[in-house]
Amino acid sequence: MLDWLLVPLSYGFMQRGLIASVLVGILCAVVGCYIVLRSMAFLGDALAHGILPGVAIAYLLQINLTIGALVAGIAVALGIAFLSRPGTIKEDTAIGILFAASLSLGVLLISTIRTYAVDLTHILFGNVLGVSPGDLWLIGGLACIVLTTIVLLYKEFLVLSFDPVHATALRLPINLLRHLMLILLALTIVVSLQIVGVGLVAAMLVTPSATAYLVTRRLSHMMVLAAGLGAFSGIVGLYLSFYFNVASGAAVVLTATALFVFVFLLAPRKGVLWSRRPSRS
Amino acid sequence: MTQQLGKSRGAVLLPQEPARLEMHHVTVIYGGHLALEDMTAQVPHGARVAVVGPNGAGKSTLFKALMGLVPLHAGQIFIHGQPLGSHHDCVAYVPQREEVDWRFPVTVADVVMMGRYGHLGWLRRPTARDWAIVQRSLEQLGIAELAERPIGELSGGQQRRTFLARALAQEPHILLMDEPFTGVDVATLEATLQVLDHLRDAQVTVLLSTHDLNLAATYFDQVMLLNRRLIRYGSPEEVLTPETIVETFGGQVFWLESRDEGPRMATASHCCPSEQSVPRRR
Repeated sequence: MLDWLLVPLSYGFMQRGLIASVLVGILCAVVGCYIVLRSMAFLGDALAHGILPGVAIAYLLQINLTIGALVAGIAVALGIAFLSRPGTIKEDTAIGILFAASLSLGVLLISTIRTYAVDLTHILFGNVLGVSPGDLWLIGGLACIVLTTIVLLYKEFLVLSFDPVHATALRLPINLLRHLMLILLALTIVVSLQIVGVGLVAAMLVTPSATAYLVTRRLSHMMVLAAGLGAFSGIVGLYLSFYFNVASGAAVVLTATALFVFVFLLAPRKGVLWSRRPSRS
Repeated sequence: MTQQLGKSRGAVLLPQEPARLEMHHVTVIYGGHLALEDMTAQVPHGARVAVVGPNGAGKSTLFKALMGLVPLHAGQIFIHGQPLGSHHDCVAYVPQREEVDWRFPVTVADVVMMGRYGHLGWLRRPTARDWAIVQRSLEQLGIAELAERPIGELSGGQQRRTFLARALAQEPHILLMDEPFTGVDVATLEATLQVLDHLRDAQVTVLLSTHDLNLAATYFDQVMLLNRRLIRYGSPEEVLTPETIVETFGGQVFWLESRDEGPRMATASHCCPSEQSVPRRR
């Protein structure tokens, strides 16, 4: 049993992959709590796909893919905020427009690259086993920045998410905080790109947080539990990928999904099997 | 109860007390309509004011304007002599119906603590003093034993008391309450009336909107009759006359004859609260 756990760790790529999976699992889950509570799952998915053209352009210009993704992610996030200013179109419409446009632009650019198929697969579904030491430092650094910001602005983001009217009454800079949250989301997605890819990052944002939501009563508890579930999914998924020789990103996401289904059926308060709904007159 | 109220009614502020809430020619356009026109009034420090008017009279709009939640089309609002916006959070607001997600993972104590956020400022964590203020506010509303319960598990009345407790935790100088007596249970009604007495002791100015003319006449120092403009503002005796009430409510007034007490009046919107005034809860 111990050998079973230790053998993968004798490979450098597995060590780095595990550290990266845990970091991304924690980061996505914590940011994902706000995504789940503010019903922004669509936004998370859209931002992930919106990053594609940035990656393609970076590849064509022979610069670091993560930097390309970062610039594209922030550009799409601010674009959505700009298009959905009060009095114009609704946010989900703005997301729909930018999402489809960026994805198309990304596919168009990638189709001009010769080794099209292989690279696209890595971008879409991640390649955790190809994490270099340099990537790991970048992932770690960005994860620290995002998590520190979320901890420091915990009460501001809490009141903004729960009661925007009260946030206005407190004279909080609401637009600034909203844009900041979009940028944190974009950073999270960029960091996750290499682990779970564009296609699956939304699952890592939503699934562990939704699982935690079912069994907690306070946002802080929800975040801590979601982080634990995200990290656990990352480790288990990677071991499954190692021993069964399956795609790592998909294995991580399906582990998180299995945990969700388990809790969804058996959660003490909101679980389906108990079918007892909280009463509210 | 009546005696106690009579006594507190006697504590009407001295005339030389400077007005602490001033509105000068306030005009608000809300949703493309003229919601409030050329409103000028001065509310003295510590007064308890009933804001009375039919549905759509601009009561909620007035409160939102005082909170800075809607822009002023014309006019100015001064609090303690300073223009609106230069204060951090000395005005608290309890809306008629909170537009929040009731399934959000926050406890009652978390919500009440949000009232302290303005005092805390950026990057600071609540201190023991903040928790003590939260605890006191919960006790004043009789919901201390619910502190650790998620907000979504409470009854409608308990949820309203939670948000009133949050406003108290804010330690405001001016408290705006939008229809706190509409569609509430007896426990919440009594808790709210007790809070009004605490607030008077603390010299907090209260503006409270209501349909209930009898309540306005018995519990309040001053009455503000509103129907898209200020009809009349002053003590209940001078303001609540048949003429001004007809002017405010138009045809929606009924006269109820009673042998013992003389004629009493009721408004249509009071007798038959419309869809808008009674929040329907599932």
